[in-house]
Amino acid sequence: MGPALKLVVQRVALGLLLLLLVSALIFAGTNMLPGDVAQSILGQSATPEALANLRRDLGLNEPALTRYFNWLAGALQGDLGTALTNGQDIAQAISHRMKNTLFLAFWAAVIAVPLAIFLGLVAVRFRDRWPDKLISAATLASISVPEFLLGYLIMYFIAVKLRWFPSVAMINDSMSLGEKLSAIAMPVMVLTLVVLAHMMRMTRAAILNVMQSPYIETADLKGLNRFQVIFRHAFPNSIAPIVNVVMLNLAYLVVGVVVIEVVFTYPGMGQYLVDHVSKRDVPVVQACGLIFAAVYIGLNMLADIVSILTNPRLRHPK
Amino acid sequence: MTNALLDVRNLKIGATAYPPGEPPQEIEIVHGVSFTLEKGKVLGLIGESGAGKSTIGLAALGYGRGGVEITGGEVWINGRDILKGGMRGLRALRGAEVTYVAQSAAAAFNPAKKLMEQVTEAAILHKKFSKAEAEARAVELFRKLGLPNPETFGDRYPHQVSGGQLQRAMTALALCPEPDLVVFDEPTTALDVTTQIDVLAAIKEAIHDTGVAALYITHDLAVVAQVADDIMVLRYGDKVEYGATDQIINAPQEEYTRELVTVRSIRHEEKAPTPDAVLKVDRVTARYAGTAFNVLKDISVELHPGQTLAVVGESGSGKSTLARAITGLLPPGEGSITFDGRRLSPTLSGRSREDLRELQMIYQMADVAMNPRQTVGTIIGRPLEFYFGMRGAEKRQRVKELLEEIEMSDGFIDRYPAELSGGQKQRVCIARALAAKPKLIICDEVTSALDPLVADGILRLLLNLQKREGVAYLFITHDLATVRAIADSIAVMYRGEVVRYGSKTEVLSPPFDDYTDLLLSSVPEMKLGWLEEVIAHRKMESAGN
Amino acid sequence: MSMRIPFAAAVGLSITAIYFIVALFAPLIAPYGMAEVVGDVWEPSSAAHWLGTDNIGRDLLTRLIYGGRTTIFIATAATVLSFTTGAILGFLAAVLGGWADQLMSRAIDLLMSIPTLIFALVVLSVMPVTVPMLILVMGLLDSTRVYRLARAVAVDINVMDYVEAAKLRGEGRVWIIFREILPNALSPLIAEMGMRFIFMVLFVSTLSFLGLGVQPPAADWGGIVKENKDGIVYGIPAALLPAVAIATLAISVNLVADWVLNRTTSLKGGRG
Repeated sequence: MGPALKLVVQRVALGLLLLLLVSALIFAGTNMLPGDVAQSILGQSATPEALANLRRDLGLNEPALTRYFNWLAGALQGDLGTALTNGQDIAQAISHRMKNTLFLAFWAAVIAVPLAIFLGLVAVRFRDRWPDKLISAATLASISVPEFLLGYLIMYFIAVKLRWFPSVAMINDSMSLGEKLSAIAMPVMVLTLVVLAHMMRMTRAAILNVMQSPYIETADLKGLNRFQVIFRHAFPNSIAPIVNVVMLNLAYLVVGVVVIEVVFTYPGMGQYLVDHVSKRDVPVVQACGLIFAAVYIGLNMLADIVSILTNPRLRHPK
Repeated sequence: MTNALLDVRNLKIGATAYPPGEPPQEIEIVHGVSFTLEKGKVLGLIGESGAGKSTIGLAALGYGRGGVEITGGEVWINGRDILKGGMRGLRALRGAEVTYVAQSAAAAFNPAKKLMEQVTEAAILHKKFSKAEAEARAVELFRKLGLPNPETFGDRYPHQVSGGQLQRAMTALALCPEPDLVVFDEPTTALDVTTQIDVLAAIKEAIHDTGVAALYITHDLAVVAQVADDIMVLRYGDKVEYGATDQIINAPQEEYTRELVTVRSIRHEEKAPTPDAVLKVDRVTARYAGTAFNVLKDISVELHPGQTLAVVGESGSGKSTLARAITGLLPPGEGSITFDGRRLSPTLSGRSREDLRELQMIYQMADVAMNPRQTVGTIIGRPLEFYFGMRGAEKRQRVKELLEEIEMSDGFIDRYPAELSGGQKQRVCIARALAAKPKLIICDEVTSALDPLVADGILRLLLNLQKREGVAYLFITHDLATVRAIADSIAVMYRGEVVRYGSKTEVLSPPFDDYTDLLLSSVPEMKLGWLEEVIAHRKMESAGN
Repeated sequence: MSMRIPFAAAVGLSITAIYFIVALFAPLIAPYGMAEVVGDVWEPSSAAHWLGTDNIGRDLLTRLIYGGRTTIFIATAATVLSFTTGAILGFLAAVLGGWADQLMSRAIDLLMSIPTLIFALVVLSVMPVTVPMLILVMGLLDSTRVYRLARAVAVDINVMDYVEAAKLRGEGRVWIIFREILPNALSPLIAEMGMRFIFMVLFVSTLSFLGLGVQPPAADWGGIVKENKDGIVYGIPAALLPAVAIATLAISVNLVADWVLNRTTSLKGGRG
């Protein structure tokens, strides 16, 4: 087994271990509550008998460790339990909403990633000149406003004042792709803006870092033009850092989605999670938390794997 | 118009300086330097740091590194002023007519590309050769430069070959497009001395065979004397002296050149060993945590009070590890260390304050050995306070005395390290060690980051202090000239072992073991034809075997 | 060395100062009571109500001033908590090294593998949503980032020869942390403190907007958006006002942080 493959296997194993620990952490976190789930369902005025019955029904009399393993075993088989508030099957409710969330995140990524890399390159090419300064000013402005406010700003000016798109992003299965895209235009726009700023700034830093290497000077002193230097010498060494930047920001997108869905009342996982946090519906929160964390861990793992695979020292061992 | 290949006239180079807390300032770093270089000749540019030698070398490619800009003068190459041709003209020049060999080949090669592609890139780009021709030429150069398996050498990636090989590959890269001029920028400085001699010989032969002209930049006069036809001595961006190599080495006209030629000529009379030992390292073996490889193997040496033991070796020899073992930073696996008659605890935490006080250390990089947020007074004063409980005026008075001992005025007491020169920083570190009134000071490559003249000053200071205070030095270095200057006894280390140990005269007199012979004969000497002599001698010996 | 403050930093510093002063003296400065209904729903701006009124007729300027007080108070408290916890643990990990460092660093890795907002939501789904709880949750979750920075900076400094020299001299841990490491780590940490503070402002605003932060009738910037968001579709921009407040504060703090950081890098000199 080559050193690169070995590292990849190690990294995947680490990712799985991390996921297991995170599931335990989430479970423990939601079991530290002062009252318990039964109490929060039935309220303060519940009779002791009713509480005892519900506790038995929910399996709360079992030790925490047993409950954790039951929950984990269920989750691994796709059974996430039932929601406390309406008795719905969580897996079913989530699968539908997850599709919507992925749809939204996918289109945001499709627009944001190439745009961010392009603008990052522009900023490097025109370093310290006006395009670069404009880009950093825009970045500063957009990271200085929370995502949800950016959402309302865009909604106010584009949906309400200009009336280009609807202000609520409702989608359902009967809509055509075009209708769906028009419905999610504004949330996609906001998500793109949110991710773009970070991604652009980090891409710029990553490429600048490569451009300051002595081997770029060597290329300059061979008489290569700017384009050849960037394409032949900077680019092969920039893949790993740029992929890293992209993955980190996609992970960031996952979080941004939660808030943006609430702003545009989009029927996705984020809104589902926030709704059930306010209702203190613990099983739903556990399930959503686990899924968001899994995506986040997965993306970070992917970033590491790409940088392992593109490292010439690991690909071509001595 | 002259017939010279390179004609530099009144070259002026500026840079932007960023003094802390002040607005940026334009400063001039080269003040109107002129010289010419004929086809097929080698001109050595020599000077200490800040002389502007690399900057001038890069100007031959019309290039300024990091904010450096050519502000005036003319650079004529092959009959045209390259500064007037714009970027397009410069690109046609670079990599075709003029090429460059960087100091650190390890950083100058692109890690993601095979060597062959990088070596032939310029030749193909400038349409000097077809791809097949360029590759054939590269293989020929690899062979000429003595690289292993020249046919397949180019298929490797930079990280797959050694530092000495990379430096040769960089030379191949520079020679591949058949340029008229190659700028060598300290090409052997980063190499160990035994590797340097081979690379130097390979470069010299390649220059000779291809008939290319070269600018050879270095701080080491003995090295440049081996390769250059002419030498220009630079200081602070000005030309000091310019003449034939023979004249510069054997009959320097300027005082500064004379100093450079005679530097490292301190001769220190060896002291006879005494029966008692201030330090006794007995059969010490050590390895770093988590490794299976012993970096120190069965080391035994002794150091007598008031004397100097030089531990000499190349990178990876374990000489610095020995210092770490003695100071307690790396507890030895086996063996014992006896200091002033008492056995030292192997770990730092097990040693008494008295043990720590009597054994001080001075580092290679003086600027990271001092806390940048403390004043000179605090730095030197802390050991006084810590070991002797001195406070206030008494402490300040003693700091002033110590400053006097290291030949610095007491005006420095409230300065920060960033305000000091390299030599002054090292002096303050010496004062900090002296403040503890130690019996032994471990000096870890204390002069190797300094320019030769400054280094000489530090060595003289250390010798004077030894005479006055009777302190012993364990002097770790890779530089044999320093060893000759300061040692009473010598231990030669190679791959974690002491291969030769004894008084200075013993160690430096034949018969030699193979490694010591190689090491001693590899140190460049300030005389013309030395390189040829050594190479011829070695060839004869290997033929004899 | 001169201590001239560049123009941008001076502007940032004064705006930040104004925000803190207004937050401190909100009851003296605000024209009306915090939850006092003084007019009609969503009145446009007038001499009596400079910024108009909100969704139940409270003066918006008053709400913004009190909102700033709450938001800035929570963000400041959480930043202080996050910094003390993160920096102390980070320095300790760097100086102790070995298994203590491993244990702490791996635990932090674990905490950081869950996105902060998601983690906060999970915890707040079972915990009572009160101001001290918000500060605790935000401060502790964010201290992971401070830990990483503090540890990285301290590890860098800890391998410097001057720290080794202090250890060889026999100095104790207290001297090494407070006299050798801290003075050199302070500037990057202070610059980061600015960034963390901005993040806290955004974070608490987001939580309040989601209904999981400051609870009504108390005012805070995120809450004001939540209360007035329904007006947006009718073209009433009341919900957008906190955007201006948050953005100016964030940009000002950013300018100050940038200046602190630049000053550090030019001071570094000796450390290359």
